[in-house]
Formats: sequence, structure tokens, C-alpha cells
Amino acid sequence: MPSIPILEERQAQIHRKGSAPFEMTCGKHSLAGSVSQRACVFCGSRVVLYPIADALHLIHGPIGCAAYTWDIRGALSSGPELHRMSFSTDLREKDVIFGGEKKLAAALDELIDQYQPKAAFVYSTCIVGIIGDDVAAVCRKAEKEKGIPVLPVHSEGFKGTKKDGYKAACDALFKLVGTGSTADITPVSINILGEFNIGGEAWLIKKYYEEMGIPVVSIMTGDGRVDQIRRSHGAALNVVQCSGALTFLADMMQETYGIPYIRASYFGIDDMAKALYDVADHFETHPAIMARTREIVRREVETIMPEINRIRRDLAGKRAAIYVGGAFKAFSLIKALRYLGMTVVLVGSQTGNDSDYATLRDMCDDGTIILDDANPLELSKYIIEKQADLFIGGVKERPIAFKMGIGFCDHNHERKIPLAGFAGMLQFAREVHTSVTSPVWQFVPTRAAVG
Amino acid sequence: MKSAMRTDYYTATQNACNLCAPLGAALVFKGIANTVPLLHGSQGCSTYIRRYMISHFKEPLDIACSNFGEETAIFGGGANLKIAIDNIRKQYCPDLIGIATTCLSETIGDDVPMFIKAYQNGCRDEDLPALVHVSTPSYQGTHMQGFHGAVRALVATLAETASVEGPLSVNLFPGMVSPSDLRQLKEMVAAFDLEAILVPDYSETLNGPLWTEYQPIPQGGTPVAALRRTGGAAASIECGLVLSGEKETAGTWLEDHCGVPLHRLGLPIGIGASDLFFASLAAISGQPIPGKYTAQRGRLLDALVDGHKHFNGVKAALFGEEDLVAGLAAFCGELGIIPVLCATGGGNGRFVQTVQSVVPERYHDQMQILEDSDFVTIEKTLEALAPDLLIGHSKGFTMSRRLQRPLIRVGFPVHDRVDGSRMLHLGYRGAQQLFDRIANTLIEEKQKKNHVGYTYY
Repeated sequence: MPSIPILEERQAQIHRKGSAPFEMTCGKHSLAGSVSQRACVFCGSRVVLYPIADALHLIHGPIGCAAYTWDIRGALSSGPELHRMSFSTDLREKDVIFGGEKKLAAALDELIDQYQPKAAFVYSTCIVGIIGDDVAAVCRKAEKEKGIPVLPVHSEGFKGTKKDGYKAACDALFKLVGTGSTADITPVSINILGEFNIGGEAWLIKKYYEEMGIPVVSIMTGDGRVDQIRRSHGAALNVVQCSGALTFLADMMQETYGIPYIRASYFGIDDMAKALYDVADHFETHPAIMARTREIVRREVETIMPEINRIRRDLAGKRAAIYVGGAFKAFSLIKALRYLGMTVVLVGSQTGNDSDYATLRDMCDDGTIILDDANPLELSKYIIEKQADLFIGGVKERPIAFKMGIGFCDHNHERKIPLAGFAGMLQFAREVHTSVTSPVWQFVPTRAAVG
Repeated sequence: MKSAMRTDYYTATQNACNLCAPLGAALVFKGIANTVPLLHGSQGCSTYIRRYMISHFKEPLDIACSNFGEETAIFGGGANLKIAIDNIRKQYCPDLIGIATTCLSETIGDDVPMFIKAYQNGCRDEDLPALVHVSTPSYQGTHMQGFHGAVRALVATLAETASVEGPLSVNLFPGMVSPSDLRQLKEMVAAFDLEAILVPDYSETLNGPLWTEYQPIPQGGTPVAALRRTGGAAASIECGLVLSGEKETAGTWLEDHCGVPLHRLGLPIGIGASDLFFASLAAISGQPIPGKYTAQRGRLLDALVDGHKHFNGVKAALFGEEDLVAGLAAFCGELGIIPVLCATGGGNGRFVQTVQSVVPERYHDQMQILEDSDFVTIEKTLEALAPDLLIGHSKGFTMSRRLQRPLIRVGFPVHDRVDGSRMLHLGYRGAQQLFDRIANTLIEEKQKKNHVGYTYY
């Protein structure tokens, strides 16, 4: 097999554990001409705000950005579903010359009247600043006329990385926080941050916390509602999931409202249990909470263990590769895969930072490939070299795995089944099992050769 | 008949029925052998477009990007484009890099042809891949303009007029059809002892087998050498009646610059359009239509007669890419299906007239034709029209579900079925498959609604 070339400029973002002192470059703008699996600033903002179901999400720019993000995520709502619509000002050539402000104002006027949203988010795409539109001014005017918050999201695609998009989204959210009444919020209460209710995951998590005796004031942004976000500053604690997407908001809420936050991950048995125990610990003056938490964890683990054990027998010794958006999810996946008896041979993320990669280094076995902002060539090179049996990633990684005859588990926002929580761990095990144990691999040329 | 275009007054676009120009261009470049598409703009453009196309084709789909940062937007994208080309060459060793612009690089006024010339001048001693540029600002036209623009750019950049020895060749510009369609078109042309130069041909690159070893660029596609020979072909066939109204296409370029005669046809969907396509091949080659195809046609007509009662008077709503809708409308007319709505997100001003011209006049007063439309408008229109079925791509499922009418999936994107790449629309076999799928769907609806539970229809 011909060797796959790695670009010199990319070498510092690829590490083989145990081969050299660990130095990982990360947080860089992607290299031109390298087919990054990352998206852009706009994508970061869109991911974070997408699940807010009673808000209008208006994308200001030419049609593409709105078309490609129409109803593409499995973020469920228990009520309104305005988030599943795609709204665009659909700028044309003459708008690029004369400016798009008039269209933006007209679109806001029309859509707010038509759909009566609780708030509107206006996403700027690449060209908006360049053609000189004063989006903030148009939003202020619409806000005044319509009597709902109309929030500009500064998400021009080229102005940074996906992470800058998270920040722009958090800036917009923060303008809502603190504008609602906290009158009936109890002193023991939390916000769940960075949980997007893919396949109903947020509902699972919320149920655990409520059973512990802790009311959830708001979830940002899974099954999100504007009014809940407005009163979220009344919660006693923010529980933040996912590498950084909502950390910006947690920081701002800590600074302005004095709300402390803890990090959590809901993937895998250990991390899920820890997410509950940590919150129980926070409210240690209420010992009944911890007692109930122990009971919940015991009950949930008992429920899933018989099947997990059966699955584990088939998966023991299989090799897995992980490439995900945020590194925090990778930590949990490594643990969850090990729990299933599998070894991790490759792990990478689009947006990890220094400390994330240091953690990965500590967690991984010698020889494991660690990647930042990888491209399809690199991913292919190493999954082949490492003879992975399973690849965990998103839609863009799936065909890379399949072409080489490797199983796949979708762990991105497009999936429709919940993989978080204890019940989600069982679903995850089933997903992995269904792919890895399929009889189709016997027909795959690459696998047949390996034997 | 009512027809409408949203040009008189402005409304926001709600659930778009079209995509942006760079997508079409990237797809075309995927159909050229050993080629990497490169979008000159933000990282998101290539990632979103890759994701969208991977969900349909279910194949690896590398599209590079010059990856603008803030400085790039201020100082211009020349430096980034150079780095991108360098890095693509190092990683992929391509024969061609297809460079499509985006709204960002167009708005800041990047002169890409100049950047390319400078690059080529700077590497005079090196063996450079062909660099083909197409201007595809997302604020102009739809993915179809990007598609046809890229086809034209390939030909205009590479075609040579030198006379060609060997078998007669025909340039075939098939439009945006499925890999199965492309394979069938090649077979059809070959049956006349003609060599088909398909632009593009992603029948293998985007619908290939499992790999025995890793392929940085999937095998298949029209070779660059064949693109150079388009100037010496016996004729060009350009598919798409809406496209036929376009002044500057790959076909007109070859006709104007290389004297290659141009046959402008509709997409060969249904009987009449397929007949015309075969007649063109027969005229170009001087050979009769092979028996294999007359037999296919015979079986199709037999099926049409056997099943005609299922169709006549049925009302269908068609939506999607302009030329696909026009082709399907013509086929509906042949079956007795009234295309009560023909809608597209495209807005080049020729759609209404084209659809009118292919549908029998007796249906005209029952039809609405929407150009530059979106799904919210389409759905609202359909509430009053009450069609029996919808024919279009996956994004129509939302309204199919709400209206409780079945959706026959055709074209692109097909994100909610496994066979988007394998769907056949063209030629007699394509018509047969469409006929069978529509008939079976209509029967299934009857069967579901009937309380007796007949096992025969």
C-alpha cells in the first residue's frame, strides 16, 4: 500500500504516545488546502443556539449557510419546533452591492409577525460585515417594534474557528440571561449547560437531577425556551457539559451573578455517575440528595448491566478510533469503550486545547495516535495502520471508515438516538455492537487480507 | 395556469428549495479523474458542502478549502490560495485542481485568474496540475449555476481544437444526474460505437466499490486528456431544456470556439425525451438504434398500457432542480399524471415557459408553476391543490408528512433513503423504474386505504 503523505505543517498536531516528549500544537486556524473536518465560526454559533425551539433563527447572508443547516440535528423539542425551520435573508448580487439591511429588516418584520417567536437570533455570515451592514442597529430597531429580544450573533464564518462561534453564541445568550423573574426558584437548583437534547438526552439527564430533588431552571440549549434562559441566573449552580461550548457563558454568569459551575459529562457509566455525585456534593448541606443519588445510580446501573455484560463478551479486545468535535467527549468515550473491553488506538478532536491534550496523553496507552484538527488522509492513514475495528465520529468520518471496511458509530449531533445517561450507555453499547459484529465485514477486501 | 416568481416584492426564504453555487461546482470537479475541488473561502463552505453530499452519496468526499482568516479577508486571498494549492499537490498529487470561489472571496474582489497565472508563472519548471477556475458566488444563482458554470470552465480552460484520430467521440453534458444515470448514459453512447466524453462523470468516484487499499482520490472520472479532446468531438449533447436557454454553456463554447455541433436536448426522462436522445445519437453516429434499446422501449410501452389506469388523472406535485422538474413534468404528461405544481428554487426566468412547453395544453389550467420558490411557499400552495403524490428530493419529506401524501424520491439530495446514487431517472430503463415506483406507490396507497384488504390490483 502506498504510504499516505502527512504535511510538514501538520506534524506538530499529530502525536504518537510514547514516541517523543509530548508537545501538541492546537487551537490553530486550519491549514489552507488541508481538508479539515472542522466547520466555521457560523457553525459553532449555530450548534449552540440551534435547539432553542421557540426562537426565530434567521441567517443573514446568501442561501447556502441556511440551506445546509436546515433541520440537520436530532435536537428534540417537547413543544414548539421553530428551530427545525430554516430562515434566510437569501442575499443576492444587488444586496451585496447596495447592502442587505433593508432585506434583514423586512425579513425580521415578516417572520416575527408570522411565527410570533419569543426571541430572534440573527446570524451574520461571512459577507455581512464586508458589505457594511449594521446588523446590531437593525436588530435594535426590530426589538423595539416587535417587543421581543432580537439578538445579533457575530458569527462571520472566517473570523476565527468554531470555538469563536461558541463564544459569539454565548454572548447572545448572555443578553437574555438576567431578564426574567427568578421569584419562584428554590435555593437548590441548577442549570444544565452544553446539553443539546440529541435524541432526548437532556430529558434523561434532567429526570435524574429532578429525582435527586434538584429542580432544573433551564437547559441550554436542549429543548430550550427563551423564558427559561431569561431566568437562568436564579439557579444555584451551572453544570456544564461539552468542551467549552457553553463554558464561555458559565464564566460570564459566574462573574456577573456569582453562580459557580462544575464540569460534567454524561457519556459512560463512570462519568454519568460522577456528574450526579458532583452535583449532590455541591449541595452537601442536603444529605438526602446524596442518598437519593446513590439510589438512582444503583438502580440505573443494575438495569443496564446484564445486557452490557453480554455485549462486552463480543467486543473484548476490539480496537477503536475516536475523532470528535470536542475533546471532553473523547475522554468519556475512551472510558466507555474500555468499559466495553475495547482498546483505543486513535483519538482526536477538532477543537481541543492544551490541557485537553495533556489529559488525553495521560489517559491513552502507549502507541495511541493523538490528533488535533485532522483531515481525511491522516485519519485514514492511522485507522489502517492501527487496524481499527470501529471508528467513532460524525457524518464526514463515516465513509472514511466504511470504505476501508471498518465499523462505525455516529456520535455527532445528527444522530437520533440518545447515547448519554445510563440508558444511553446501553444504547451506545448496542450501536457499537451492531456495527462491529456485523457479518458484512467478512466480505471486505482489506479485512479479509488481515484475517 | 398560474405562475409566479418572487421578484416583485421581497420575502425571506423559508426552507430553501435550492443550494448554493459552490456545491454544484464541487460536484462537477468530483467527476474529473484525479481531481481535487478547492473552495476559495471559509472552512465552513467546504465542510457543510461535504457533509451535505456525503449524506447523499455515502462516499468519501474530500473538498479542500483555502480557509480564510480575518487577515485574508482584509488583505485578499492570494496567499491562502497559493498555500492551499501547494498543500493539495503535496498530499494528493492531482491532475487537476478545480477552484470555485465563494461569496466571501467574490465580495472582497479576489482576482482568482490572476492568482492562478501568478502561481503558474512561479512554478514554470514544475509539472503542475491543470488549474481550472469557476466563479461561483453563493449570492448568484443556485447550485445548478455552479454546476453548469464548472462544466463550462473545464471545457473552456482545457479544450483543444486539434483534430482527433480514432473512434468518433461525443461530448455529453448530462446535467446533475445520479451515478446510475451516468453509467447508463455511457452505455447508451457506447452502443452506437461512439466514445462518450462525459463532463462530469462521477459514476465511479461517487459510487465506487470498497477499497482494497486507500485511495486519496477515488478512482474514476473523466480524464484531463479526454477534456482536452472535447474540442475535436463529432458533436456535443447538452441535456436540460432550461439549460438550453442559457447563452454561454460548455456546449456553446465548443460550438463557437472549436466548431463542434451542439445538440440541445431535454434530460432524457420519459418516452419522448429519450426518443429524441437516441435519435441524436443515431444521427451523430450514422447507426440505427440498437435492438437492446428498442426492446427496452417496447417493454416500457407494454407496461404503460398495462398500468395506465393507475395514472390517468392522478395529480402530482413536482419540485427540485429546474431541468429535472421539467423532465419529470413531460413524463407525467405522457402518463396522464397532471403535474398540478411544478416548483423550483432556481430563478433564471426560463422555468415557467419550459415547463409549459413540455406539458400537454389540456393540463395547463390545472397547473401552477413556481420559480425562485421555497418549501414554505410550495407547501402552502399544495394545501389548496391537494395532489395525490409528491415527486422530488428528501427535503420534501417534511411537507409530505404534514400533507399525508407519499413522496417519490428523485434527484438530489436523497438523505433519507439508501439508494440516492443508484436511482435511475434517464432513458427507457429510467422511465421504467420511475413508472414502477410511482405505480407501486399509488397501489400501496389504495391498498392501505381499502378496508377489504385485496391482495390483487
